[in-house]
Amino acid sequence: MTFFANLKPKFWEYVGTGSVTGKYMFNFRRIWKLTVLTTLCAALIPLSIMTLIDYRVSRDATVSEIMLRTAQLTSNTKRSVSNFLVERKAALEFINHNDPLASLVAPGRLTKILQSLQKSVGGFVDLGVIDDRGVQAAYAGPYDLVGKDYSNANWFKQVDLKGIYVSDVFSGFRNVPHVVIAVKHIVSADRFYVLRATLDAASINDLFSGLEIGGAGDAFIINRDGVLQTRSREFGQVLEQMALDVPLYSDRSEVKILPSAKGELVMGYAYIPETSFILVIIKHKELLMAPWNQSRMQIIAFLVISSVVILLVVLGGTTFLVNQIYLADQRRLMTLHQTEYSNKMASLGRLSAGVAHEINNPLAIINEKAGLIKDLFTFKEKYDQDPKLMSLIDSVLSSVDRCAEITRRLLNFARRSGTRLQEIDLASVITEVLDFMGKEAEYRSISIDIVVDENLPIFNSDPGKIQEILLNLFTNAFAAMDDGGKLNISARLTKRGKIEVRVADSGHGIPKSDVDRVFEPFFSTKIGKGGTGLGLSITYGLVQELGGDIRVRSVVEEGTTFIVTLPRNPVENTQGQLEQGTIGRGYEDTAG
Amino acid sequence: MKILLVDDEVDFVSALSERLHLRGLDADWVSRPEDAVNRVERSHYDIAILDVKMPRVSGIGLKVMLQKKCPDMKFIFLTGHGSQESYEAGAAEAGEEYYLMKPLKLETLIQKIDEVLSVENKGRQT
Repeated sequence: MTFFANLKPKFWEYVGTGSVTGKYMFNFRRIWKLTVLTTLCAALIPLSIMTLIDYRVSRDATVSEIMLRTAQLTSNTKRSVSNFLVERKAALEFINHNDPLASLVAPGRLTKILQSLQKSVGGFVDLGVIDDRGVQAAYAGPYDLVGKDYSNANWFKQVDLKGIYVSDVFSGFRNVPHVVIAVKHIVSADRFYVLRATLDAASINDLFSGLEIGGAGDAFIINRDGVLQTRSREFGQVLEQMALDVPLYSDRSEVKILPSAKGELVMGYAYIPETSFILVIIKHKELLMAPWNQSRMQIIAFLVISSVVILLVVLGGTTFLVNQIYLADQRRLMTLHQTEYSNKMASLGRLSAGVAHEINNPLAIINEKAGLIKDLFTFKEKYDQDPKLMSLIDSVLSSVDRCAEITRRLLNFARRSGTRLQEIDLASVITEVLDFMGKEAEYRSISIDIVVDENLPIFNSDPGKIQEILLNLFTNAFAAMDDGGKLNISARLTKRGKIEVRVADSGHGIPKSDVDRVFEPFFSTKIGKGGTGLGLSITYGLVQELGGDIRVRSVVEEGTTFIVTLPRNPVENTQGQLEQGTIGRGYEDTAG
Repeated sequence: MKILLVDDEVDFVSALSERLHLRGLDADWVSRPEDAVNRVERSHYDIAILDVKMPRVSGIGLKVMLQKKCPDMKFIFLTGHGSQESYEAGAAEAGEEYYLMKPLKLETLIQKIDEVLSVENKGRQT
């Protein structure tokens, strides 16, 4: 909590006090919020949009790359499967053309051909010749099928109709998955025979063994009913129904994305011509997207780090700038109100001078008339021995003296004809200022203790300003104390050769939260009770003008001490400030 | 030794004049600057005590006029604007050291008169 309290900039809690003075105020918190919001929007929105665009573009590019590769793989694999079947078909057609029927059915010939085929082309399990009546005329292979009648078999009708037939995979007698290829050879207009070969389905599986599919991919063949024709790693065994829907017919290789329980699947498929086979290649999209996901994480990390950096820079920068504006505004306000205050003091000075002058003349008359009465009594010797008369006259004269002293002091105090450096005897200035408050102190039983260091030198400064500073501090101290309080005023020379004045009261003290703000213009706990909140800010300004500084120490319910430090000779280092301080402070004086 | 008192406050100047008389000093008074010039034309005064602020002519202006009639005449000024600073400013303008604030103590005035005249006497001796 303290850490955050320390981070809180000075302007945060600052509110312009007083509706009259509100026109001078900036709402710093609002400026800060607006600047932070605008800057963050200007920085983060384009960054986020760019990141989002990059995210989408790179994702789309990755997806289309995956689709393209899958399409290529599907196309290539389709060609391999096609070629496999075409090769075997071509081999059978070659045999048909090379060997007439009589040769094929000759004993041993078919076996020889089968052996040659197994060696050269591969995948052949058996080979048979079926005549146009559908009867097996010759057979080479592990079974004895000669004489078997296929005339009612579907495949026989198909091959008779189309000239070629490729079967689905089936288990057959051997309970081993295999495929039948049958080729019709027309001998004459009304005679033909069929060469029928059985292929081991495993040889088709071998086609997929060398495939590099990626993405935990799977390649297999199904028939148009969705029954697996080759082994699948994920979607079932041979002759089982595939879990996925059969893709729609297309004469080209196609790729589509399918939803599934294990995430999205990329499916490439191709219908193998002249067969009921559909080549299917399945890849897991999520696995294929892994590299992109990784770069996506990097992009997100970049976005987050950039945003945090931007946020910190914006917060720090804005806080600094607004604080500078706040400080400049404080200086502006202080100057403004010092000028107003000076003008007020100057007016007061003129008024006091006028009043004092007007009073001095009748006082002089009273003085002379009373003096004359005394003289007359004295010189005529009739009344000079009358103590009562003499004491009455002396009383009038001493009252005139008192009045004269008051007007003189008023005139001395009220005059503010700009900054004038004079030799200052601090003890007498303190006494002079306290003279104004003597009566109040007496009425309120406030005891005043003054300790001025004997070694305190005479120093150069502006007596008017010092009077004003002290008067403000004393007035402040009086206001802070209840009746019977104690005011301690001390002055000494510091080790650094500066003049230090301490004004310590036994008043209510200032809460910690307010201590830093007491010198701010318009900060007052007496607003509405006669306080303007300007006294201490003006005092602060005056001390600054004299090249000194002012600090405050306070303990609640124990009292407050103001410590003013002044240079012994402010001319050397603060002449500029002193000159500035004279603006609006002077007035013309007419002696008389 | 003759003294001329000039002040627009008749009550003040008459009483002051009388008090000086009681102390054996020959002091005439007038309340208008014009009368002061007439008086000086008619008779000789060693010293004039002038109020600084008077109607029509200020004490400083009157001094110039009187000096024309009587160059040897010495002057003491009185002012009701009795601050230290106005005293210094007025004294500088008047070109005189003798510049007193109202209300004043008669003893102080007599002392000043003595000082002025002793300076004059010293001047004559040299």
